[in-house]
Parts: sequence; structure tokens; C-alpha cells
Amino acid sequence: MTATFIHPVTGFVEKTFVITEFELRRLRHDFTELITRALQPALWLLIFGQVFARGGDMHTGSIPYLDFIAPGILAQSVLFVAIFYGINVIWERDLGIVQKFLASPTPRAALVLGKGFSAGIRTLSQAVIVYSLSALLGVKLNWNPLALLNVLILVVLAATLFSTFSLIIACIVKTRERFMGVGQVLTMPLFFASNAIYPTAIMPGWLKAISHLNPLTYVVDALRTCMLEGGSSSFGLGVDYAVILSATIILVLIGARLYPRLAI
Amino acid sequence: MSEVVLEINALTRRFGTFTAVNTLTLSVNAGEIFGLLGSNGAGKTTTIKMLTTLLPPTSGEARVAGCSITKQPVDVRRAIGYVPQAVSVDGSLTGYENLLIFAKLYDLPRRQQQARISEALEFMGLTADGGRMVGQYSGGMVRRLEIAQSTLHRPRMLFLDEPTVGLDPIARDAVWKHLVDLRDSYGTTLFFTTHYLEEAEAHCDRLAIMHLGKLAALGTCKELEASLGSGHTLNDVFVHYAGTATDSGGTFRSMSAERATAERLG
Repeated sequence: MTATFIHPVTGFVEKTFVITEFELRRLRHDFTELITRALQPALWLLIFGQVFARGGDMHTGSIPYLDFIAPGILAQSVLFVAIFYGINVIWERDLGIVQKFLASPTPRAALVLGKGFSAGIRTLSQAVIVYSLSALLGVKLNWNPLALLNVLILVVLAATLFSTFSLIIACIVKTRERFMGVGQVLTMPLFFASNAIYPTAIMPGWLKAISHLNPLTYVVDALRTCMLEGGSSSFGLGVDYAVILSATIILVLIGARLYPRLAI
Repeated sequence: MSEVVLEINALTRRFGTFTAVNTLTLSVNAGEIFGLLGSNGAGKTTTIKMLTTLLPPTSGEARVAGCSITKQPVDVRRAIGYVPQAVSVDGSLTGYENLLIFAKLYDLPRRQQQARISEALEFMGLTADGGRMVGQYSGGMVRRLEIAQSTLHRPRMLFLDEPTVGLDPIARDAVWKHLVDLRDSYGTTLFFTTHYLEEAEAHCDRLAIMHLGKLAALGTCKELEASLGSGHTLNDVFVHYAGTATDSGGTFRSMSAERATAERLG
């Protein structure tokens, strides 16, 4: 046994990236997932978006409806991919993989955050799809490198947030069947109680109030600000980032507390 | 008297009203191969989970390599290796990659990582297969890779939960040959559970038999056989101490997981 002293903070960051590396090495061997995932945002943009763009006034202000929903569809596809991420840890639990990681000296929060990051990097492919389709459909995208960088960061953060939420559900329900049920139940309310495909301005009061508690609303708002030419934020980019980051940190801490339950 | 590496003191775990492990007390010496036997549901896996810090005890205490499982769990984790009963390596990675990830998680210095991984692969007879996907390994190779993965950091003590379940006799012998080598070369203390009495007889320095969560017998094979009078086999010993039939043995879930493991390894 090597008795080298490892600083807790650098140790934590290092371990987080080892877990991310582990997850990404697994992804490398299976690319079909990336392709099947591209289908859903394509349907939303090409069918839903096209139809509703003709449907009349959606109160999206100065920007066309299709431009309005492009960032919403990106956020939604990140949510849909991330929210089912927890099924992987249930699978790993049924094998002995979770137990072996938990019996190693790795900090629990690093196990959780590392998995979240890898989900974030996985969903970057969704950004590529949504950008390509949006460009083809004539959405006025902002190609400023700083704006693009912001979008990348936001996508990774949002996926980390929702995949950690998913992991927490997995730690509580522990079986695949129950997990799929809970996942289905949560996805649509999160999506509909957000500003992804319609502005909060046209929502009834109660829904508007709920949407302001929904982290997805802030993800969409931030993406809309950065993705679109002349995009403007309802809450301010600083508030968006603050909400997303604090929600992620809280969820990672909860996840780290609950993760050992998987070994029992 | 050699050094004590594992000291279990009145360790107890209850699930609701059910007592899975009941005031278990025993100690294991450094370099020993120690077997924990018992029928399904006797509390063997619960004991291993507590000793590997995966499950907090309801009461009682244990010290592994001098560290308390309740107060110093991270130090315990550094000092041990753990091979769970179910498959714990990733089939979608190569054998080398599986080892690399754990070399990093156990803080092996970067300069030593490659040497340790090659050494571990060689020690377990997997040098030629390090670059292959684990999904293509045989059951015996998977087990040996898991042992390599759990011993990269040279733990003082290695816990194995049913290490040979689902393996054919040849693969089983190969796994045991490597485990005994590990003890002889590095002084690693082995603590394992098993259903196979002949394995316990062939390899254990001492063994314990658990029954309904309690320690029913403890000693060397010879001592236990002698305790029943002359002419008794280990099988008689097992029936005597663990035999009084309980149908509580194992849950549907644990049984189906066990069979699935056997299938995947086989």
C-alpha cells in the first residue's frame, strides 16, 4: 500500500475525471446509441416546429416560432437523454460494479459527479444535431465562439443536473421497472412546465409559478440567450447559471448521500 | 502468535425485525486463508458487506488492518480488496482498461501504474488477453481479472464472496491456484465465503460456520471434524452445525441474481 498524501480537493477532482473516463471509454465501444438519440429532436423540429410555426401567433415576440423553440428542443433532448441515465446504475447494481466502486476509497460525490459529467459529454451530440437542423431550417443562430462555448457548457451542466436527478431516483427505487415508470411520469411535467416550446407569458398563473421553480426553464432561457442571433434573457444569464449550478451542487450532494444505498 | 488483521467484535445487523448477523465475534490472522461457510441466508454476505464498509452494522464493531469499519471507513477501503459475488468488471471494456481505472481510483502513482497492471495480468495468467474485450472472456478469466483488479493496490486483506460460484472444476482450480499464490507471494489475507466444502477443506487454514446469523463453529478443518468424535468428514460437520433445516435460505432476488451470475460466468 502506498501511503502518499492526497489533497482532498485535487483528489476529488481527479477521481471525478477517472469516473468520467470510465464512462466515456464504455461509450466508445457503442455508437448506435448516438444515432438513435438524434431522431427525437429531429421530429420535434421538423414536424412539431414546422406545424406550429404556421399555426398562428405564439406570442414569441420579435423572433419567429421556429427560432424560439430551437433552444427549447435542445434543452428538451438533453433532459430526455439525461433523465433515463439512472437505469445504467441499476444495471451496474445488478452486476457487482456499483459495489466494487463503493468498496474503493473513491469519494461518493466523485462517483456521482463523474457519472453526471459523462452524461453531459454524451449529450453534446444532441447539440450538434439541433444546430445542424436549425441551420438547415433557417434559424438565425449566433455563431460567435464565446456564445458557442456557453452553449457547450450549458448542455454539459444541464445534462449533469438531470442525470444526477435520475441517479437519485435510481438510488431510491432500485429496480428497472419502477425506475422506468417514475422516469416516464417525471419527464413530461418537467418539459411542459418550462418555457421550452411556449413562452411563460402565455401560461396560466399557477403553471407560470411552477415553471419558475423548474431548472429546465433556466436552462432554456440561457440557451435561448446564447444560441440565437440577438437573443435576450428573461432572467439574466447570471441568474440562469446561478440556478443551474446550485441545483447541480445540491443534487450531487444528495446523490452522494444516497448512492451507497445501491450496495445494500 | 501472528498479527491479527481482522477483529470482529459482537457485530450485529438487523433488517427490521430480522437479525441477519447476530453478535458475531472472531478474528483472523495476517496471511491466513479464512473461509466462511453456512447455508443460504446464514448471514455470510451481510457479514462481508459490513466488513467491506458497504453496509453499516446495527451494533458491534470490527477492525480491518487496525482501522474501524464504522469510524474509519475510507482507511478500511484503502486496506482491502473486494470481489463481489456478481460480475464486477465491465464487459464493454478491455481487461487492461478495467485495471487502469482501478489503478487510478486507488491512487497508484502514475509511474507505477503500467508496471503494476502488467504484473497483475501476468500474475493472473491474463497477459495475452489484456487487450481483449472482457465480454469475450470465459467465466474463469473474468474471475481472475476481478481478482487482479481488487489486488492492484496490494491490499492487506482480500474479501471474496463466493469466488468460484458457477465455474467448472478446472476454472475453479485455476482461480484457487492464483489465490494461494497471492497469499504466498504478497502475504495477502484471504477472507471468503463458499458453498463448496471441498474448497474449504483444500484451501482454508481455518473456517467458521454460520447458522441463522450466529457463529456456530470455528477452527481448522481437523479441529472441527475431531469435535464430533473420530471418523467424521467436513460434510458431517457442516450438517451438524448448519444443517438444522431452515427454509428461510436466501430471497428470490438473491437467488435469481446468483443464478444469473452463474450463467454469465459459465
